[in-house]
Amino acid sequence: MIAIQQSIVVKTVCRILVPFIQMFGLYVIMHGHSSPGGGFPGGVILGSSFILLSLAYGIEAVKRRFSLAALTVLTSFGVFLYAAIGVLCLFFGGNFLDYGVLPIAEPRVIGSLGIEIGVGITVMAVMVSIFHDLITFE
Amino acid sequence: MKYLHLVVTGVTGLLLIFGSLGMPNTGDPESPASLHVSPRYIEQGYSETNSQNMVTAVLADYRSFDTFGETVVIFTAGLAVILILRTRGDED
Repeated sequence: MIAIQQSIVVKTVCRILVPFIQMFGLYVIMHGHSSPGGGFPGGVILGSSFILLSLAYGIEAVKRRFSLAALTVLTSFGVFLYAAIGVLCLFFGGNFLDYGVLPIAEPRVIGSLGIEIGVGITVMAVMVSIFHDLITFE
Repeated sequence: MKYLHLVVTGVTGLLLIFGSLGMPNTGDPESPASLHVSPRYIEQGYSETNSQNMVTAVLADYRSFDTFGETVVIFTAGLAVILILRTRGDED
């Protein structure tokens, strides 16, 4: 358990930095299609912002806003989103994860973006979940 | 008998060095790896996947099965840590 109260400098700097880190993480996920990045690095950046908050404000303060149950659900939801997009392609007559058959505009771009979002959600939730379990283990 | 380890290590090392002599040079355009699927990814990647980023075209489109497996590996790692370390009733 982290019960140490951090100084006001650490708390303020973390509070200012975290929104920018999260914005950057979302940017890396969303722009994985046209620039370096994607679900894995974006998810790690998003997860690290929550870990930074936990280090500055303590585990309990973060857990009040982002419960462990929600984290566990998100862990599975990312993989589910990935597999669901794959199975959706089966229903429209293609192969598993063959986005070209989806009845939307630019199906390949949207399909790849969907699975990148799924990967990002899973990586983010697993990082924060492992951190919480290691910190709170007695 | 005392120097058996040394002999085995030396022979294995020599065999590995001998094997590496047959490998193509780094960046050789005639090497088998550069002639198999790479030309197709480079030449038709954009028209087939609509992705300007070649890495994403391979990672998220051509080889999305592989990426799915990677995601499941991460999911399983998280699940294993939850099963081993999480104590009951810490949701209080």
